[in-house]
Amino acid sequence: MFSRPSATGDALLTTEQLTVRFGQQPVLDNINLVLRPGRILTLIGPNGSGKSTLVKTLIGAIKPSAGRIIRSPDLSVGYVPQRLHLDPTFPMTVRRFINLPKRHASHEIGEALEQAGAEHLLNAAMNHLSGGQLQRVLLARALLSRPSLLLLDEATQGLDHRGVAEFYQRIEQIRQRSQCAVLMVSHDLHVVMRTADHVICLNGHICCEGQPERVASSPQYQALFGDQTASTLAFYRHQHTSHHDEETLRHAG
Amino acid sequence: MLDDFMWRAALAGLGVGLAAAPLGCFVVWRRMAYFGDATAHAAILGVALALLWNISIFVGVIGIALLMAFCVSTLSGKGYAMDTLLGVMAHSALAIGLVAVSFVSGVRIDLHAYLFGDILAVGKSDLAIIWSGAVLVIGLMLWRWQALLTATLNEELAHASHINPRREQLVLTVALAIVVAVALKVVGALLIAALLIIPAATARPFSRTPEQMALLAALVAMAATTGGLGAAYTFDTPTGPTIVSLAAAFFVISTLASQGWQRLARR
Repeated sequence: MFSRPSATGDALLTTEQLTVRFGQQPVLDNINLVLRPGRILTLIGPNGSGKSTLVKTLIGAIKPSAGRIIRSPDLSVGYVPQRLHLDPTFPMTVRRFINLPKRHASHEIGEALEQAGAEHLLNAAMNHLSGGQLQRVLLARALLSRPSLLLLDEATQGLDHRGVAEFYQRIEQIRQRSQCAVLMVSHDLHVVMRTADHVICLNGHICCEGQPERVASSPQYQALFGDQTASTLAFYRHQHTSHHDEETLRHAG
Repeated sequence: MLDDFMWRAALAGLGVGLAAAPLGCFVVWRRMAYFGDATAHAAILGVALALLWNISIFVGVIGIALLMAFCVSTLSGKGYAMDTLLGVMAHSALAIGLVAVSFVSGVRIDLHAYLFGDILAVGKSDLAIIWSGAVLVIGLMLWRWQALLTATLNEELAHASHINPRREQLVLTVALAIVVAVALKVVGALLIAALLIIPAATARPFSRTPEQMALLAALVAMAATTGGLGAAYTFDTPTGPTIVSLAAAFFVISTLASQGWQRLARR
């Protein structure tokens, strides 16, 4: 059998020179990225840098003005939105919500809720959930479509530090178990540095990308995240300290 | 049985209630109350044009209601706040419709019947139209039910599941035009929106799922149309307003009951 050509061989989703304009206003310019099974790609960038626009373009909610999105036939997207505003007049239980738009067998629902840490919420009313509970339910719903790509748009907004850490631990477990690709938009630089395989720093265009530590030490990144950078790097290296003393020495030297 | 005008009126009321209630739930969930009003008020213009061109009133009303709905959809997001835009459209449609009716010479039409409904005058052909419309609307809602709910929850979630929220909006728009056309004879242009919203609002406190709310709203609407019809006949009051008044009474009872229940539960 032929080996498939080029670097995009096992890609689930590839964008080529993706450009989005709102009217005359350029929002995303020339975005090239590749999502692969089992890999976590994290998008970081200041407010208004186009992170959410990029996610919305990838799920098809926004049409690109130029460039293209190549989707593998194996692609199925599990999407966890930034937030979910439920009108108080709209009655909805968790059970009903995760059966939209497709109904699922109850053992599948149980499994997804368990993976997301929301098994006790099955019969709860959606508008009585706390922020953290809602995130877990949204994650469970995304998992039910057996996604090959999990898209998380600032899914940890409004969670406390412990909540954020737990959430990413869960994502890590899911990634390991299902070998799905993960694209997450995040503000939590600490977590980004620890969980991502590849980081893209966005500011309308891709200003730098690569492995987390390379991105964090790049001048473009530091120009964008100036004051946060020092503490984040310190935190990151601190994490390493406990495991790799020699490496810390090298950094220090 | 169909030869008795009371039976025809009752069946008309049941059909309209059955079709209006589930759609009314979406009107409430998506905050489209004014949209419903604008579409319903435009019906008067449809009546005028139908008389002018000598076509079926049902066709005229559906046509104008659809046109109105499309105008609102196109104009929204072009610089005006939605409630301002709908306020302008709803009242202009009514005013222009009333002016247009005055141009229809020859036949003196009973404007009152189109504004407030005339359920006692429902004929066999009206009944056939009402029930065909009701069956069509219910079929449409059942067919798109899961997709409509998803698109109502969140547009991005819908997109990610390959559901186009604009297409679902179009389904609701078409359903709304049909309901306006079939409800015109029963409650009249001014009160159609009430028949959409009040049963849904009455059902809300006692529903945990969208399906429960839609079914309960249908029961409330059917009770209001048939009960209102009976009351109007007994007390010799105008039918449309009596139906809506009864629905409003159900709403008040439902609200008081649910608040009382909550207070009891808290103790």
